[in-house]
Amino acid sequence: MSVKLNALSSDSYIDFSNYRDQHFKGKCHEQEKLLESSHTLYVGNLSFYTTEEQVHELFSKSGDVKRIIIGLDKVKKTACGFCFVEYYTRADAEHAMRFINGTRLDDRMIRTDWDTGFKEGRQYGRGKSGGQVRDEYRQDYDPARGGYGKLAQQHRV
Amino acid sequence: MSRRRHSDSYDGGQDHKRRRTSEPAKIEDSLESLICNVGEKSKSSLESNLEGLAGVLEADLPNYKNKILRILCAVARLLPEKLTVYTTLVGLLNARNYNFGGEFVEAMIRQLKETLKNNLYNEAVYLVRFLSDLVNCHVIAAPSMVAMFENFVSVTQEEDVPQVRSDWFVYVVLSCLPWVGKELYEKKDVEMDRLLSQIEGYLKRRVKTHLPMLQVWTAEKPHPQEEYLDCLWAQIQKLKKDRWQERHILRPYIAFDSVLCEALQHNLPPFTPPGHMPDAQYPMPRVIFRMFDYTDAPEGPVMPGSHSVERFVIEENLHCIMKTHWRERRTCAAQLLSYPGKNKIPLNYHIVEVIFGELFQLPSAPHIEVMYTSLLIELCKLQPGSLPQVLAQATEMLYMRLDTMNTTCIDRLINWFSHHLSNFQFRWSWDDWADCLTVDLEKPKPKFVKEVLEKCMRLSYHQRIVDIVPPTFSALIPAEPIFIYRYADESASSLPGYAISITVGNAIKNRASNDEILTILKDMPNPNQDDDDDEGESFNPLKVEVFLQTLLHLAAKSFSHSFSALGKFHEILKNLTDSDEGKLHILKVVYEVWRNHPQMIAVLVDKMIRTQIVDCAAVANWLFSQDMAHEFTRLYIWEILHSTIRKMNKHVQKIQKELEEAKDKLEKQQHKRRDSGDDEDMEKNSEDEEGQLEEQIERLQEKVESAQSEQKNLFLVIFQRFIMLLTEHLVRCETGSVNVSTPWYKNCVERLQQIFLMHHVTIQQYMGTLENLLFTAELDHHILAVYQQFCALQL
Repeated sequence: MSVKLNALSSDSYIDFSNYRDQHFKGKCHEQEKLLESSHTLYVGNLSFYTTEEQVHELFSKSGDVKRIIIGLDKVKKTACGFCFVEYYTRADAEHAMRFINGTRLDDRMIRTDWDTGFKEGRQYGRGKSGGQVRDEYRQDYDPARGGYGKLAQQHRV
Repeated sequence: MSRRRHSDSYDGGQDHKRRRTSEPAKIEDSLESLICNVGEKSKSSLESNLEGLAGVLEADLPNYKNKILRILCAVARLLPEKLTVYTTLVGLLNARNYNFGGEFVEAMIRQLKETLKNNLYNEAVYLVRFLSDLVNCHVIAAPSMVAMFENFVSVTQEEDVPQVRSDWFVYVVLSCLPWVGKELYEKKDVEMDRLLSQIEGYLKRRVKTHLPMLQVWTAEKPHPQEEYLDCLWAQIQKLKKDRWQERHILRPYIAFDSVLCEALQHNLPPFTPPGHMPDAQYPMPRVIFRMFDYTDAPEGPVMPGSHSVERFVIEENLHCIMKTHWRERRTCAAQLLSYPGKNKIPLNYHIVEVIFGELFQLPSAPHIEVMYTSLLIELCKLQPGSLPQVLAQATEMLYMRLDTMNTTCIDRLINWFSHHLSNFQFRWSWDDWADCLTVDLEKPKPKFVKEVLEKCMRLSYHQRIVDIVPPTFSALIPAEPIFIYRYADESASSLPGYAISITVGNAIKNRASNDEILTILKDMPNPNQDDDDDEGESFNPLKVEVFLQTLLHLAAKSFSHSFSALGKFHEILKNLTDSDEGKLHILKVVYEVWRNHPQMIAVLVDKMIRTQIVDCAAVANWLFSQDMAHEFTRLYIWEILHSTIRKMNKHVQKIQKELEEAKDKLEKQQHKRRDSGDDEDMEKNSEDEEGQLEEQIERLQEKVESAQSEQKNLFLVIFQRFIMLLTEHLVRCETGSVNVSTPWYKNCVERLQQIFLMHHVTIQQYMGTLENLLFTAELDHHILAVYQQFCALQL
């Protein structure tokens, strides 16, 4: 009896993006299947100074957080502006996608996306210099993310 | 629901392609889309869109009648904010096809019966309202609608039924009258008068013990928090006095009057309300939240009065829009801001009032609280020139009235305001609130500011908070969240555990094994031990103290470091906390070292419960202990307690689910065996499997009982402690002839209420025990009143 109207059940904030992890071991549809049932979110555009405590406080607003893994520069082993937030339930993670994604943490607009789940090694940036790829090539000056992008820094020297 | 990708430009993309391949599915989708989106984003008028759609659907009836019926029934239930749009559509279809009209009415009645059977009372209201508006569209004959209302109101004559049952039937009838009162009075005024008089009699004898528990403010001024039926009754009375003239509701059917009045009407079949079933879950009573009136909107249209029917309709529609669109904040905000008729009302004020009304609703908000924060941010984005000012005005008003605001609502206000500020660089005119510095810091206003600043700090960092408030506010700034280590330096060398703390610390740093560390700890003198205690088995608090302080000190850097430490030394910790005293002491130590960092205390307690280093009852006893009395009114204490209760509840639910699944498996297995025929081997295997399952079920059954017993015990501990504390206070006040109502007392009573309200579903199971053991007639009436108000919510 409980008729659902597809036209009314739009819930687009919990869709996953076009990003696919290139290091994922498995086929594309396998990755998508994991994303559809995942309890883990990738969180991007963090300041390098944002702490685990701040992330915990914010993301606890959508449910109990199981674990937070702060993303690290592969060389320096310091925070490099992203993290993973794992929830105990899918529903809590969905609420984060609906209500925390696209709002501010540490005065920065943060972005969340579904993640296939933390595996050892995924906490490191994949850029050549050790941080995230996006910090290799960007041209703008961002004091909370090491200043200029790595390539731009080299040119300035 | 299928997953759809969308572009990387992150705003929660609203465009998506359906990956449907079948033809009928495509047509169904397209019909759904046509119907659900009628009038949206169109250059033509709503009326001409409806006319066009009616034509299309009429043509589709021969092939898709059932689909169309299904869709229209669904929009009646799921899109109540567009009620009159769809009643008009049904009216037009009925005018063109009388049989279809009849079938639609029948389908609606079937749906109404189903929703009532399934405890979907809120949706049932929308269905009845839809039917009543069909009277205006000449689909349903007025006398038959009146007959249905008469049957509903006759429920008030039933005996031995919960009051919430008859409440609902009265509510349904009254809430339809803004739409159809005029028409029904024109046709059947005698019957309607009789109906209203019956309702009046019912409302007079109705019991409202529950009311104080649901009110957001205890004060009557400036706006009384009215019981919802009382408010609606006043609104209908006023509407009747105005001769049922109602000018707010959008009525597209008026434009089609010449067509519609030619249509033949249907009679509603006689509808007997289904009888009361013991497992029925009627909606809980509510309080109408008001914070604005006509004096608050400085310019522009005037806000309709609190007893005007316009106010009711506007609030209903805004609530319905949020109910439909809460998952998509941009759509929700857009829909709220494009409310039809918005030019005649101060829409921003209505929206802010309705949102805060939901946020503060007791026992709980209809949606997760963070939704309202993100919705308000979205609204500020869409109306940057007007909405932020209304929101600031609202915040100011809420601050002014903190003294009489319910503690639970203050909690939600603290969480909302701090999170909101963190999205706007913490900009606020704190100086406007300098009055809070002149009173006792335990009073609601300074307490509120203190808690807000603490939450703001958690979302940023200590220095930030120092920077954003004027220096005069320094007393309200939270402490810097640093570890307090008892054995920090040589000044502590005279303390009994100092030497061992260094040894243990080094052992941990050098990755000593658990056994090695236990050996080191064995040498710890026990301050509790009697000299003639041979076995030396009694609990040694110093062991716990030294080990845990040292461990947590080494792991103080971050949450992850501390969790890792708890995990690595889990064995030792369990060893040290084998007794209840041990568990209590571990919590004491955690508090001592991290008392400047309540957030850390909360996450450590959470982790220790989940890894069974402490149990829930230990946490409850610790929070109520004398050592924690000075923290008793701080928000983080209650967050820890409620989180602990929730974990207990989830634990019980998890095991119950495992039990159900095992039972299902057994049933399936038994069916398989019955159907498998004569194969002896298969039969034997099956029997073995069944035997194993039966064993598993027995074990799980024991587990469930044990978990439920633990859960019941947890609530008993909590309620017992409340009763002790409150009784102490009341006796002290009585003997000293002092006024009972101190800020501490108000906080404590409302915290007790909060336990009942937040966990009412679970507590219901244990009402018998609670009444027999704790909430007996001998209890002070102040405390018993809380219990009685809670019981009244369900009656």
